[in-house]
Amino acid sequence: MGSTSSTLLKIPNVEELVQETGFSPAHIIRLYDRFKVLDKEGRGHLCPKDFGAIKELAMNPIRDRIISAFFSPGKETVDFYTFVKIMAHFRPVDKDRPKDPNSPEPINSRSNKLKFAFQLYDQDKDGKISRDELLKVLRDMLGMQVTEEQLESIADRTIQEADLDRDDAISFEEFRKSLEKVNIDHKMSIRFLR
Amino acid sequence: MALLRQCALLLALLIVFSTPCKVAALEVDIAEVGSNYSSKSTATETSTNVTTPTITTLPIVIWKWHHVETPYLVALWILTCWLCKLVCELNHSITSVIPESGLLIMMGFILGGIVWGADQAQTFKLLPVNFFYYLLPQIVLDASYCMPNKLFFSNLGAILVHAVIGTCWNAGTVGVALWACYEWGAMGNLNIGPLQFLLFGALMSAVDPVAVIAVFEEVHVNEVLYILVFGESLLNDGVTVVLYNVFDAFVSLGGPKINAEEIIKGIISFFVVAFGGSFLGVVFAILISMLTRVTKNVQVIEAGFIIVLGYLSYLTAEMLSLSAILSITFCGVCCQKYINANMDEKSVTTLRYTLKVMANGSETMIFVFLGVSAIDRNIWVWNTGFILLTILFIIVFRFMGVFFLNWLLNKTRLIPIDITDQIVMSYGGLRGAVAYGLAAILDEKKIPEKNLMLGTTLIVVYFTVVLQGITMKPFVQWLKVKKATISDLTLNGKINNRTFEHTLTAMEDICGRMGDNWWTRHWKHFEEKYVCWLLMNSDARKHNDNIFGAFHKLNLEDAKNYVTAGEKKGSLAFIRNDDNASVDFKKKLALDYANFMPDMMSDMSEYDFGIDNVPVVSGMKNQIPSVSLDIHEQDRKSMPDDLNAHHLLEQHLYKSRRFNRPTYSRSHYKSSENPDEMQEIFQRTMRSRLESFKSAKMGVNPAKKLSKHPKKDSSHKPNGKPADPNRTYPYGDEDFEYSADSASSSEIAGHFPRRSTNTPGAGVDNPAFIPEVDTSAPMRNPPWQTEPGNNTAVAPSQRLPWTPTNLRHLAPLRRSARSADSIAMADASVDEEAPEEKPGKHNTRL
Repeated sequence: MGSTSSTLLKIPNVEELVQETGFSPAHIIRLYDRFKVLDKEGRGHLCPKDFGAIKELAMNPIRDRIISAFFSPGKETVDFYTFVKIMAHFRPVDKDRPKDPNSPEPINSRSNKLKFAFQLYDQDKDGKISRDELLKVLRDMLGMQVTEEQLESIADRTIQEADLDRDDAISFEEFRKSLEKVNIDHKMSIRFLR
Repeated sequence: MALLRQCALLLALLIVFSTPCKVAALEVDIAEVGSNYSSKSTATETSTNVTTPTITTLPIVIWKWHHVETPYLVALWILTCWLCKLVCELNHSITSVIPESGLLIMMGFILGGIVWGADQAQTFKLLPVNFFYYLLPQIVLDASYCMPNKLFFSNLGAILVHAVIGTCWNAGTVGVALWACYEWGAMGNLNIGPLQFLLFGALMSAVDPVAVIAVFEEVHVNEVLYILVFGESLLNDGVTVVLYNVFDAFVSLGGPKINAEEIIKGIISFFVVAFGGSFLGVVFAILISMLTRVTKNVQVIEAGFIIVLGYLSYLTAEMLSLSAILSITFCGVCCQKYINANMDEKSVTTLRYTLKVMANGSETMIFVFLGVSAIDRNIWVWNTGFILLTILFIIVFRFMGVFFLNWLLNKTRLIPIDITDQIVMSYGGLRGAVAYGLAAILDEKKIPEKNLMLGTTLIVVYFTVVLQGITMKPFVQWLKVKKATISDLTLNGKINNRTFEHTLTAMEDICGRMGDNWWTRHWKHFEEKYVCWLLMNSDARKHNDNIFGAFHKLNLEDAKNYVTAGEKKGSLAFIRNDDNASVDFKKKLALDYANFMPDMMSDMSEYDFGIDNVPVVSGMKNQIPSVSLDIHEQDRKSMPDDLNAHHLLEQHLYKSRRFNRPTYSRSHYKSSENPDEMQEIFQRTMRSRLESFKSAKMGVNPAKKLSKHPKKDSSHKPNGKPADPNRTYPYGDEDFEYSADSASSSEIAGHFPRRSTNTPGAGVDNPAFIPEVDTSAPMRNPPWQTEPGNNTAVAPSQRLPWTPTNLRHLAPLRRSARSADSIAMADASVDEEAPEEKPGKHNTRL
């Protein structure tokens, strides 16, 4: 137990972090250890190339988008605090915990999870997934299997499905509507973060 | 009325049924008589006499009952059972209360009663051999083949825990508890030892997939609960049989010979049999998948391969004394993805339906015979204590087992199984035919109280299937179990799912932990790299992606709706009308068109249709002088050409629509689907769908649109081409689209008839009817022409023929890769035309 508390002491703003993310101290320590492993040079923050060094990540077709999700626009680094807050999106929703009506919306709420997914598409941050943005994601994910024409028709069709206000782009509201029936909590949660 | 119909059917059923019944009676008679045929005066006897070789004259007709007896009886019984199902399904208010399985059992009672009444003995019953070799395999194969694959594998852990540990728990506890009660004296004097009790416990623990599916399908519980119950019941059968065999061996060995070594052997054999069977199933799945790679040339029997090989996997496992049920289960589950990709879509449908027919058919027979078998005085040995305690224990221990295991599982599950689901899971432990089959093969020499066990099993089956089946639905409603959410197939859903998966794996990688997604991802990687290469043909590999699959499926659905909508309107002729008129047609009309085409072109050349047309439009402008805007005049002028054109159009339709093909072919499916035709339909579907979407989106009155599209049509076709030579047409219009410039004007001609007649009509009339319309009212405007607003609700399919060009813009499949947002473009063109529209319309309607 002693080592746990001593590690905790090293982390800045631990209490705030626990409060804000809902992670248990054990989770925070685990993430902190991982953070230190990733931060090879011990600068206390991570750069995109630190993420790029993760071997397993190389296989991921939307790797770049996910990495850039860690960095707020204009910034080249991410500190531990932000890192944990990003990870907190993937914490499963706990049903047992009593809901405090006064507390702000938790990071792992449905709409926050959706927002995270949305910004993976919306690279220009204009609040809308345009056809080109969608096409890029599709190209990444479908790769060689589908011809460009097919990709485009898939993109068109997808936009039509979701596009309610007929502006040929998917706004966040439309995005949420299109996923109304999907159990986001299930699909955007990682078990070991529970 | 429904009641009357039901009565009539029941009557019919009884008549049909009386035949096997009589036959049965006769059969018994004959059996009694044996080889002595001589002294009988019944009709059958005289007729059998005819068959004796001592004939004096040439018989014209011979009664040969004995030649066909067995297959005839089998066929009649199948018919009878299926008619029973028909009767059960007549009234939905009954089936909504009592599950079909229960009703079938009750029908079985009636039939059994009739047989008993006729024979004074039960001449027909469900023989375990028939059940295990001819009725069960197809049910399991169907269930596993139609298993929602992803759901199954993502919950495989929980399913296995329940199927293996849960079943062992049930078998052990029920056996031990019954034995304890027996020792305590609750059942009187029975000749059953502890091992026999365990054996009984083992056969009692078989949760029957057939009964479970029959009940749960009507209840529509949420999918996780469904897959847990269904998967468990399916695998549990295999485990039960294995367990049963182990205990059966122990019973044969006898109590004193069993030592630690034997017990360890038993445990080892349990695992070897269970996992060996599963492994064999996977091997067969690989074989099937590889076979379907090369069956393209024998498409007719393609589906049969899967059934035969599946059956072989069952028999092979049985031969090797491995678990046959597990083998065929895993065979079905594992091969489904690859064979669905490898085989033609039609073969997949064939397979699916064939399996459904076979499975449902034998399921019906099983339930009916479960009822029939009950009417047999010989099997009933009543022991109230034994029966009641069995029922009590199987329910109690199932609840305990399920709750305990779920408690364990919930510790690690991302989405815990909640308490109501657990209750339903426990309550869903219906026993069925497997338990009965196992009880029926008990050896009377080893187990003196076999009949007691058999009778008890039957009662348990009736109790669970009928009583629990009936109460299940209200129970589920009362508990407010989460029901299945019916979610439509959407591309958004599919694409986002993919994104979520990738995101989760990325996050796991960043955290540096192996989670569920790690396994999924690595399996996917492995599958893509090796498994697909081995098991899928190259074509299927290309289209393997499930986003594309969803896209394709949605399009197919649209195609279907499109045709249906067309049929509703009375004619499918709209499908024919297209820009596919062929060369000589063009040549012929090109001349006629030289006269009045120019003004059309000039009309159109003023408009900007979008980026890729601009240069050519201007080119056209130069060539053609503006002549006239009077559309009515054009109508009158074009009338004869119009008729002519239609005649030609008819001639150049796809040949398949004429009935000049052989309707029967021995080795091929009716080849009505000309690939071109399919593509055409597909393309049109895309257009119509986009068009309807478009109109809904813009709120454009279709009437308006329609009056302008033809014009666009005529200028657009020839124009678009030279403007964009790099454009590719993956769906086969190349010949048309790339036709030489000289042909382009004639193509315009091809469109003209449509345009001229339809401009006023605004989409209500079908091109097929045009000649009639023209001849009957050639000059004056029919009333509907003057009402612009009455066509707002025209189905997309009806609008289609007049809007090909605009739609061509929209149709994503044909859009060039370089063009900008197609929809935006189309919007633009619509917007731009809107103001121009008014004068044109005005003209038309004056």
